[in-house]
Amino acid sequence: MSVTKTKKSLHKRHDDLAQANKQLEILSGGIFADGELPTFAKKIKETGQFPLRPKKLEILQINVGYMCNQVCEHCHVDAGPDRKEIMTWETMEQCLEVIKNTGAHTLDLTGGAPEMNPHFRRFVEEASKAGIKDFIVRSNLTIIRANKKYHDLPEFFKKHNVHVVSSMPHWTRGKTDKQRGEGVFDKSIKALQELNAVGYGMPDSDLRLDLVYNPNGAYLPSDQAGMEKDFKKALMEDFGIQFHNLFAITNLPIARFLDYLIASENYEDYMYQLVEAYNPAAVANVMCTNTISISWDGWLYDCDFNQMLDLKVNSKVKHISEYNEDLLNDRNIIISQHCYGCTAGAGSSCQGTVA
Amino acid sequence: MSVYFIKPKKHIDKMASNNYYDPADLRKFGKITEWSEELGTKFFDYYGKVFEEGALTAREKALIALAVAHTEQCPYCIDAYTKDTLQRGVTKEQMMEAIHVGAAIKSGATLVHGTMMMNKVNKLEM
Ligand code: SF4
Ligand code: SF4
Repeated sequence: MSVTKTKKSLHKRHDDLAQANKQLEILSGGIFADGELPTFAKKIKETGQFPLRPKKLEILQINVGYMCNQVCEHCHVDAGPDRKEIMTWETMEQCLEVIKNTGAHTLDLTGGAPEMNPHFRRFVEEASKAGIKDFIVRSNLTIIRANKKYHDLPEFFKKHNVHVVSSMPHWTRGKTDKQRGEGVFDKSIKALQELNAVGYGMPDSDLRLDLVYNPNGAYLPSDQAGMEKDFKKALMEDFGIQFHNLFAITNLPIARFLDYLIASENYEDYMYQLVEAYNPAAVANVMCTNTISISWDGWLYDCDFNQMLDLKVNSKVKHISEYNEDLLNDRNIIISQHCYGCTAGAGSSCQGTVA
Repeated sequence: MSVYFIKPKKHIDKMASNNYYDPADLRKFGKITEWSEELGTKFFDYYGKVFEEGALTAREKALIALAVAHTEQCPYCIDAYTKDTLQRGVTKEQMMEAIHVGAAIKSGATLVHGTMMMNKVNKLEM
């Protein structure tokens, strides 16, 4: 069933599903409440993996704001031009302090469109001095073409040796525009060509360009290596575009994707698919075991998904202002049924499969 | 506006449905093994092996399965292989073309029997 498209976030529409507790209620109700499907906690207990605990911290993921130039139908952030939550410079300074002292080797900036934060460039400049090994910016590509002031982003990324990770739902215009909006495909192609032109994504280049694929509807991604081959072949043949790796990511049933699942009457089937594809081997490496997620207002979370569900870390330390890595790493991770999205098949994280 | 009410599907296994085909039955396919373990297991081992990447890619096999699902007119298979081909990045146009191949063979197979009819007519008529 197709669902009416909207250009507004759930927040702007004052939709019930904009509230985290409403989403959590749905995720714990229905088929999970009546025992038709096992809860995630019950499932990981079967293999002795409850409570879920962090391993070594490797990734600091900072969400610098929910504002975005796009309003993708599947967005787990419920991002859009109408979202006003933006990280202040003051919070960024607190983040910079943490970045200087962290044991993590990867810094991962996300949003919304992180580039829309007015302090974005200053923050990247400062953060890139901290000597972090891998500095990722999740760029949605169209932002590069959205406005003149963003046209030089490829050069800017290059100057600061940023690792660009970009979403690209499909190698065809039809499927891409359906998920992300009219005209997104052409703009993304142009942006990728511009990134290639400054050296990003070329076979021997140190300028890393990876793409993220997520399914365009109520089904799971298939094998990541196979998809990567298809994307590479099609983008090269049709547009002469090159990139390094493809990450296949499962859509988690939260925010706008949850709204879509319910409105299209796919929710139950999707949860069945996730539970049936449960892979205990993926549990050991889910993202929250090596990541801390920081929100625009400085709160700390197990992952970007828990951030959107307003599930702050289960630790004495809950805010960047009181950050303490050792204390934080000694915590139980907060889980709910959305976590099945991270453990289906080969697993799913911001770096693609995990098992 | 979304509909938040989600029907609880209780007694899914016990209750007989009022329809010959119930989408929920597809999930129970694996259970055929319970009433004949040896044959069921052999079937699923074989089935799994057939769809592995081989001389044909898993995607090519999924497209063949989709076309055959239609010529067999099996709702479960159509459900399963529509999802499977989507997962494998197959486009709508490719899916429809695959079904036309199935339909063409099906109608061709009907029509080619017309030669039997013609043979018979030629034999019977003076
Ligand atoms: S999925 Fe990414 S690009 Fe799309 S609205 Fe959400 S944050 Fe923006
Ligand atoms: S959703 Fe977050 S908390 Fe749950 S398994 Fe995935 S990364 Fe961990």
